[in-house]
Amino acid sequence: MDWLTTVDHKKIAILYLIAGGFFFGIGGIEALLIRVQLWKPMNTFVTAQQFNELITMHGTTMIFLGVMPIIFAIMNAVIPLQIGARDVAFPFLNSLGFWTFLFGGLLLNLSWFMGGAPDGGWTAYAPLSSTTYSTTHGVDFYTIGLQIAGLGTLIGGINFLATIITMRAPGMSFMRMPMFTWTTFVTSAMILFAFPAIAVGLVLLSFDRILGANFFNVAGGGNPVLWQHIFWIFGHPEVYILILPAFGIISEVVSTFSRKRLFGYSSMVFATILIAFLGFMVWAHHMFTTGMGPVANALFAIATMLIAVPTGIKIFNWLFTMWGGQITFNTASLFAIGFVPTFVMGGVTGVMLGSAPADYQFHDTYFVVAHFHYVIVGGLVLGLFSGLHYWWPKMFGRVLNETLGKIEFWTFIIGFHLTFFLQHFLGLVGMQRRVFTYLPNQGFDLMNMLSTVGAFLMGVGVILFLVNVVITARKPVGVENDPWGDGRTLEWAIPSPPPEYNFKQLPLVRGIDAYWKEKMAGHKEMTPAEPVGSIHMPSPTIIPFVMSVGLFIAGLGFMFTTDDFGNSFLNFLFNNYIVVIIGLGITFGSMIVHSLYDDAGWHIEPEEIDGKGAEA
Amino acid sequence: MTTLHAEQATNKLPHEPEKATLEGRNKILGFWLFLAGEAVLFGTLFATFLTLRNQVADGPSASELFSLPITAVATLILLVSSLTSVFSIQAMHRGNVKSLLTWLTVTVLLGLGFLGLEIYEFYEYVTHYGYGMTTSAFSSSFYTLVGFHGAHVTFGICWISLLIGQVARKGLTVVTAPKIYVSAMYWHFVDVVWVFVFTVVYLLGKVVG
Ligand code: HEM
Ligand SMILES: [Cu+2]
Repeated sequence: MDWLTTVDHKKIAILYLIAGGFFFGIGGIEALLIRVQLWKPMNTFVTAQQFNELITMHGTTMIFLGVMPIIFAIMNAVIPLQIGARDVAFPFLNSLGFWTFLFGGLLLNLSWFMGGAPDGGWTAYAPLSSTTYSTTHGVDFYTIGLQIAGLGTLIGGINFLATIITMRAPGMSFMRMPMFTWTTFVTSAMILFAFPAIAVGLVLLSFDRILGANFFNVAGGGNPVLWQHIFWIFGHPEVYILILPAFGIISEVVSTFSRKRLFGYSSMVFATILIAFLGFMVWAHHMFTTGMGPVANALFAIATMLIAVPTGIKIFNWLFTMWGGQITFNTASLFAIGFVPTFVMGGVTGVMLGSAPADYQFHDTYFVVAHFHYVIVGGLVLGLFSGLHYWWPKMFGRVLNETLGKIEFWTFIIGFHLTFFLQHFLGLVGMQRRVFTYLPNQGFDLMNMLSTVGAFLMGVGVILFLVNVVITARKPVGVENDPWGDGRTLEWAIPSPPPEYNFKQLPLVRGIDAYWKEKMAGHKEMTPAEPVGSIHMPSPTIIPFVMSVGLFIAGLGFMFTTDDFGNSFLNFLFNNYIVVIIGLGITFGSMIVHSLYDDAGWHIEPEEIDGKGAEA
Repeated sequence: MTTLHAEQATNKLPHEPEKATLEGRNKILGFWLFLAGEAVLFGTLFATFLTLRNQVADGPSASELFSLPITAVATLILLVSSLTSVFSIQAMHRGNVKSLLTWLTVTVLLGLGFLGLEIYEFYEYVTHYGYGMTTSAFSSSFYTLVGFHGAHVTFGICWISLLIGQVARKGLTVVTAPKIYVSAMYWHFVDVVWVFVFTVVYLLGKVVG
């Protein structure tokens, strides 16, 4: 019950981690099933229809329900601490964002049990996603589930933006913010500008399917390419929404474990902003082959390649940070170091794909699959593992096992390169993506088999991580503030795990890497910026949970409005929008309740703070 | 000036009660951010509409359909409601709860008037022209864009009505003031969007064809 009503950012972080990890597991199983089907030619492990459902759900689940929430988990756990705040700007919305994400994700996955999962590819291209070609409710689950989950992401983005703008500790100017805070800030801004676009796209697609609208239906004057534009105007920024937080994590980890300040801090900040800006300019490089014409193709190709410049700046800054540093090779830093060359390879194939004429060759082959897995898995997932190992002690008060961690790293990264390096060549010799099987002796057989072996190795790596988590959970809580000894930023100045109010007194920030600066000046803790006083806390509430349940019900109701259940009562409920109205009624009703009863919150008094033995 | 000070003194509220607390300031900032997202949302809807506005299939086209006098009146009503909403905020800054409530009520009534005209308009299109969601790509994008705006107006009406009730009960405090301020921001935003709807959908459709 505690967990259903919490508004504490640290607990919400754990909720995001569990839920994100759960969906990541489902996505992983789907991936392994795909690889089993492809491990030999003419395999009949799954049918073509099941294969389409698997690839669609794998991509969708991983991106929207797996890695995004894990990113949010780390952001929630770390950002308020890094900026020296007691909480986020809107604790209520923080909880609402989590629950809408979870119920959206559950709705989407319900499709497996209710007549078929979406099968139009994770990009849901029209007309594949139209009722003509996708006859089950699968795509409806996709549009409505993602709509609800996306709402949660948008809420989260707004919350982090406001938090970082207004809640920074005294003395922490923008140019003193830790790099992970910076990338979270920029990522949140990108979410704010990208997610409403996909929200509209999903509405249009569901109107086409459920209300018989004609947005993408050529017979009614609609335009399928419009879907692609809307999808990628969101979709390309989305890939940077994914990778920028990883950049932030890598910056923190590399500088901590090199015992050096991040090289070129301000150029890192500007590179991040530039990447975000360019990220919105290049969406049509996913559409070179739709016939936009040479001028548009050339412009988008050039814009795409420009992104390599700020990205290159980042890579060199990480290298220069490590250069001459006293590097500690633990699990967190291994993942970070492994990230750098892997991500560079993904970037290089990105530039290759960005060259429009070459893309005519690569498009829709396994070369593209290899490219985006190098950036998403080799970049983001390595970054997430690095970040989890790095901040685990802060979140849970226990350090993950190092030996196991290193084994984890090596199995995962070897498995990863085995799986995806070969796929570049599979693509080059002509294997198409999204085909459920292939003929023997076309030069695909061996590489596919090895690729499947690699995928299972990655699976083992992930399982080892889980084993590590379980083993670590048995250890007693209570590492000190700064278990790495080299912590540079504010989160390391308070106990692990932090008390409910984070900082007894807001700290005074005197430079970049605020905690390191104090340590170098011979201080053990931060100089407080305020006297000890009573701390105001928001009350827990069940309303966000109820609101999300309402949306879930309304979504299900909307999807089945045109169905004939063969049961007059059910037909009455669904066909007259009664279920939709009930669901929305629950949501808006709880909003009204929330608005009517102002939360006065509660206070932690100074005596209690000391009583709890916090030494912040 | 003297009356202003007198009013404030009786209320013991700062001149801008909406910005008096961190919660209030956060709320306003968060709402600006939310509106930025809303702008992208409507931007995408407008782009869709512009792409599809001539795709009329077998259905009627914009110039056959629209009647400028009705939409002009609707526009006027909505613009005036923005003005009354400004008056309500001014009343709030003077600490005059009664005038605040009056202006909020006028705003809601004007909103209802606008909504009534819109419902009438849609009703006409459907019954007299057989112009529904499924008629053509143009109709789909028309109903979606204008309907989204209408839904925003509806939401705003409910929201402001709720706030009227709250202020009537609890009075003007540092908790209710940010809510009123933010709802006014919302209302202006919805108005500005309508100006674009009027131009891009109706004027362009009727005049350019
Ligand atoms: C140097 C930076 C990058 C460049 C130049 C680049 C370029 C491209 C191009 C041109 C394509 C389209 C290929 C095609 O469909 O024919 C593509 C696909 C893709 N990229 Fe990248 N990319 C870059 C970085 C990233 C990053 C950082 C991510 C994710 C974190 C990413 C994720 C993807 C995904 C998911 C696809 C496949 C989409 C699909 O069709 O399903 N890329 N990239
Ligand atoms: Cu892209």
